[in-house]
Amino acid sequence: MEAVRVLVGTRKGAFVLTSDPRREHWDIQGPHFAGWEIYHIKGSPVNPKRLYASQSSGWFGQVIQRSNDGGETWEPVGNKFVYEGSPGTHQWYDGSQRPWEFKRVWKLEPSLTEPDTVYAGVEDAALFRSRDGGATWQELAGLRQVKGHLWSPGAGGMCLHTIIQDPADPQRMYTAISAAGAFRTDDGGQTWRAVNQGLKSNFELPDAEAEVGHCVHAIAMHPSHPNVLFMQKHWDVMRTDDAGEVWYEVSGNLPTDFGYTIAVHAHEPETIYIVPIKSDSEHYPPDGMLRVYRSRTGGNEWEALTKGLPQSNCYVNVLRSAMTVDSLDPCGVYFGTTGGQVYASTDSGDTWAALVHDLPPVLSVEVQTLV
Amino acid sequence: MIRVMLPTQLSTLANVDREIELIVEGTPTIGSVLDSLETRYPMLLGTLRDQVSKQRRPFIRFYACGEDLSQELPTTQLPEEVATGRESLRVVGAMAGG
Repeated sequence: MEAVRVLVGTRKGAFVLTSDPRREHWDIQGPHFAGWEIYHIKGSPVNPKRLYASQSSGWFGQVIQRSNDGGETWEPVGNKFVYEGSPGTHQWYDGSQRPWEFKRVWKLEPSLTEPDTVYAGVEDAALFRSRDGGATWQELAGLRQVKGHLWSPGAGGMCLHTIIQDPADPQRMYTAISAAGAFRTDDGGQTWRAVNQGLKSNFELPDAEAEVGHCVHAIAMHPSHPNVLFMQKHWDVMRTDDAGEVWYEVSGNLPTDFGYTIAVHAHEPETIYIVPIKSDSEHYPPDGMLRVYRSRTGGNEWEALTKGLPQSNCYVNVLRSAMTVDSLDPCGVYFGTTGGQVYASTDSGDTWAALVHDLPPVLSVEVQTLV
Repeated sequence: MIRVMLPTQLSTLANVDREIELIVEGTPTIGSVLDSLETRYPMLLGTLRDQVSKQRRPFIRFYACGEDLSQELPTTQLPEEVATGRESLRVVGAMAGG
């Protein structure tokens, strides 16, 4: 019985890994869209057979693919992403202004309630929504009104990489952008405001506590505690208990608080996972040891999870969209590396095993729990 | 009838052979061939040129009859050999793979 479906986006195609509830034996299908970069694939929580994939290429641009059968077959849908009005300019790396220009879709976030509604986070940073299954896309342009001229690209580009819908309030949604920060809407995406108070970027910004400009790498939420968010910033692991009004640091005893990804346990809202990376110039684990760090206290107190992970000569990275959890019991935790491994734990992180060793560099990992 | 040779990635995307045949009304130009191609295979919209500005994507090249037509205007007439179907218009991904 297919119980878990892991959707892996890589630099050279997509892979679909499936298993029964025991999660011991995995069937691996792919590559789908061979040779193309797959920044993200995700399934609809309403209709798990409905998947969306972002397929892109430096040569041929952006394609959006949709599946209605759980990834067995795919069809290209709409790929016309046009900014509303005159898109204006944003800040470049050197502080000069550059025109907004669409490059690719980083994130596809299907609606929690409508299988034909899906959000797209794009580079240059903006949020788009489709209400017809990806056939057509409209920008939610109010987001770029929040001092967009002061946003600038991170090393990977100026990308909108995080979209979180509040399950308790359909009007509330969060986005995060590198390097602009976190943003919240309370009216379904029409208007937005920055929610970056408490973030400090001492080395990256002239004003360390600026309203916008922070390099947020990823945000995670537990659906039962929608006002509590956890953030992996460029440096610093942060937390808010009031829907982003104020953030505070929970890096605690981490060996380094630089990193890209963050996830929350499916059944324990105060258990969170990160993968520390040495620094912003050395994008690999400290000491060549691949360690997931788990906090069972919502931050500050962290333990290294190493069993089954390489503890010498390991110099891979784990990118921002490349870690997730399933909702089985015990909770499964999954992450992919730039070395092409996809690791999984079926015991909330205590032990790990590679589901596959030699894929192309992994850009994203999502999981669907089907039972 | 115009013959167009697609790069592998795009023939896979459109689920067609590498070489396809198109009917183009009037005197064929680069622009009118692309119009016909995108009309018949809408999944190729945006992969060769911008959907709004119609600008060729930077890493797309057009070759025919041993010539590079990449920098020609969209209104440029295609060579007689292409217009009559004796030769194909080749759509090529720029050599940038290392």
